[in-house]
Amino acid sequence: MTRDTMLPDTGRDDLLDEFDDEHDDGFDDGFDDGADDGADDGADDEFDDGFDAERSNGPAPATVEMTGREAMREAMRTAMLADDRVFLMGEDVGRYGGCFAVSAGLLAEFGPDRIRDTPLSESAFVGAGIGAAMGGMRPIVEIMTVNFSLLALDQIVNNAATLRHMSGGQFGVPLVIRMTTGGGRQLAAQHSHSLDGWYAHIPGLKIVAPATIEDFRWMLAPALADPDPVIIFEHGGLYGVAGEVPVADPGLPLARAIVRRPGRDLTLIAFGGTLPICLDAAHQLATAGIDTEVLDLRSLRPLDDATILESVRRTHRAVVVDEGWRSGGISAEIAARIMEQGFYHLDAPVGRVCAAEVPLPYPHHLELAALPGVDRIVRAAHVAMRGAVDESEVGR
Amino acid sequence: MSRLDTATRTALLRDMVFVRRFEERCAQLYQETKIRGFLHLYVGEEAIAAGVCHLLRADDGIVATYREHGHALMKGVSAEAVMAEMFGRVDGCSGGRGGSMHLFDAEHRLYGGNAIVGGGLPLAVGLGLAEQMNDTDRVIACFFGEGAMAEGEFHESMNLAALWDLPVLFCCENNRYAMGTALERSEAETDLAMRAAGYGMPSRAVDGMDVEAVVAATGEALSAIRSGAGPVFLEFRTYRFRAHSMYDPELYRDKGEVAEWRQHGPIRLLFDRMVADGEIDPDAMAAIETAADAEIERSVEFADASPWEDVATLERHVYAPDREEVPA
Repeated sequence: MTRDTMLPDTGRDDLLDEFDDEHDDGFDDGFDDGADDGADDGADDEFDDGFDAERSNGPAPATVEMTGREAMREAMRTAMLADDRVFLMGEDVGRYGGCFAVSAGLLAEFGPDRIRDTPLSESAFVGAGIGAAMGGMRPIVEIMTVNFSLLALDQIVNNAATLRHMSGGQFGVPLVIRMTTGGGRQLAAQHSHSLDGWYAHIPGLKIVAPATIEDFRWMLAPALADPDPVIIFEHGGLYGVAGEVPVADPGLPLARAIVRRPGRDLTLIAFGGTLPICLDAAHQLATAGIDTEVLDLRSLRPLDDATILESVRRTHRAVVVDEGWRSGGISAEIAARIMEQGFYHLDAPVGRVCAAEVPLPYPHHLELAALPGVDRIVRAAHVAMRGAVDESEVGR
Repeated sequence: MSRLDTATRTALLRDMVFVRRFEERCAQLYQETKIRGFLHLYVGEEAIAAGVCHLLRADDGIVATYREHGHALMKGVSAEAVMAEMFGRVDGCSGGRGGSMHLFDAEHRLYGGNAIVGGGLPLAVGLGLAEQMNDTDRVIACFFGEGAMAEGEFHESMNLAALWDLPVLFCCENNRYAMGTALERSEAETDLAMRAAGYGMPSRAVDGMDVEAVVAATGEALSAIRSGAGPVFLEFRTYRFRAHSMYDPELYRDKGEVAEWRQHGPIRLLFDRMVADGEIDPDAMAAIETAADAEIERSVEFADASPWEDVATLERHVYAPDREEVPA
């Protein structure tokens, strides 16, 4: 795996290898027997060295390398050091160190008042986060997976998203909810789904999905500064991926899409876990003479229509890549907006590569077949380049 | 139970009469189609909001249900603002966006008006957590019906509040019917205070028709909570005299049962007691009612005169106004 770029130039198989590495590292994913509580690894030391260097008298480094997990942990540290109102709450975030070890070590640093282990009560602790936010705090609520967040759907949809409106603007909910999303770990149909786009349906919520380690490090700050509820969808496959991260806050707005790879012929539209795969696909397409642009949405609500359309107006072709299902998914919304706002710039129908319409299966080969992969993206790109619809190649 | 002094009794009587007359006026306004949507009236249950809010401080917060007009009024929200909200007008306490079920008021720390049964309990837990983390002695009073005790959110919230010793007063308004489903038809264990005790918090059942009993129990509970002893659960046994909402033909209960409970209503109970103690006479009661009616009529006039919000601002209040970066 490439370690010297902000993003690993990786395909799905590499991501899966990374997952395997995590298990080998002793980073318990929280869904096994939970016996391994040693949440420490060499990468932590490496990361700490980077910050020691920053504190030394020498020239400060512009970037340091860290994993997605370390980046989010450092983001939470920074936030809690900067603002007494910020605290973390969720299942096993404290003594266990987080089911994906994201919060490992924070309990020792900040104590049990600010690193709060909760009972297995998603509705109560998400609702408590909403109440605490209305009461003047700035909570970060961690939910283990998007599937578990469905137990808190009442609080998220009926309260977090509506309280500002129902109160006529008197009460805001400055809450950040972090949750893991995505497949690839053979965790089957109740731990792997990508409902990011589903949440993006709800007015009142803001939905972001970091795809780069830089965003794992620096997206939390603007999310916490936002006066409205922000849900951060963290793809589980990115926790163990390393990347170069700016030491200083790049100050990016929360809701701006970014071109991660410029190209002239075609735009691949990605977010979260599909960005590395799209970059890999773009690399392959380049060898076939197709100059592919890769756009990282970063935010699913609001969608950055302007940046999406700016890209499509240049390339005239787009393929949306989403680990969520096709039917009624965010990919449909994006394709519709391109059609509404850029129809006459298109040289081909907007393509889509999404999850197969099936709950994620357990066997590795079936899960792999269900999820968007480099091959399917490359195929969809070729279909878009031909400009002709081949029925047999559309719809997967 | 110690008897309250005449001034306090009179104030509580006035409060309960005000809520009663306000609710009866709302029913008329619903028939006149001034108030639309769902309308849930508090008639019969006034002693709870009046008694609990009597002891709450201005800086305490409350979370209530969709049957919350009384709570809003007793917490200090003006009748004008409540009525205008039910009319859907801009001068309503929620700017007209919420209606009868979603009364909010930041100044009086009224956090709704929650129309999901059980949905307000986690919010109260979180508001209590904020108070605890800020080291205040403020209390969050959370009102809910006995129907909420069948919801998972009740269980989760009680457990979390007790686990963290949060300053929350759980006020169960047991009016015996979850919409149309009687308590014994929905709960395997109908001793609600006993169930609450299972979460490791002090709990007791209180005669919710007796405002003096409500005040006494609330006073003890608030003292304990303010001292940092954690949450308290009070089951107020009461009865809803009117239909669940304006669409309820009341097929599920006997008219005789309603009539029997009306004989023991909270206003009558306190009035009779005060008469027996020589503290009030029918003329004084009539004066209280007349004063209430006059204020309520002023609120109706205010609501009727309040403008409708311009459709141009339809999409306000979804996100904070200064942060809308890219339109969704």
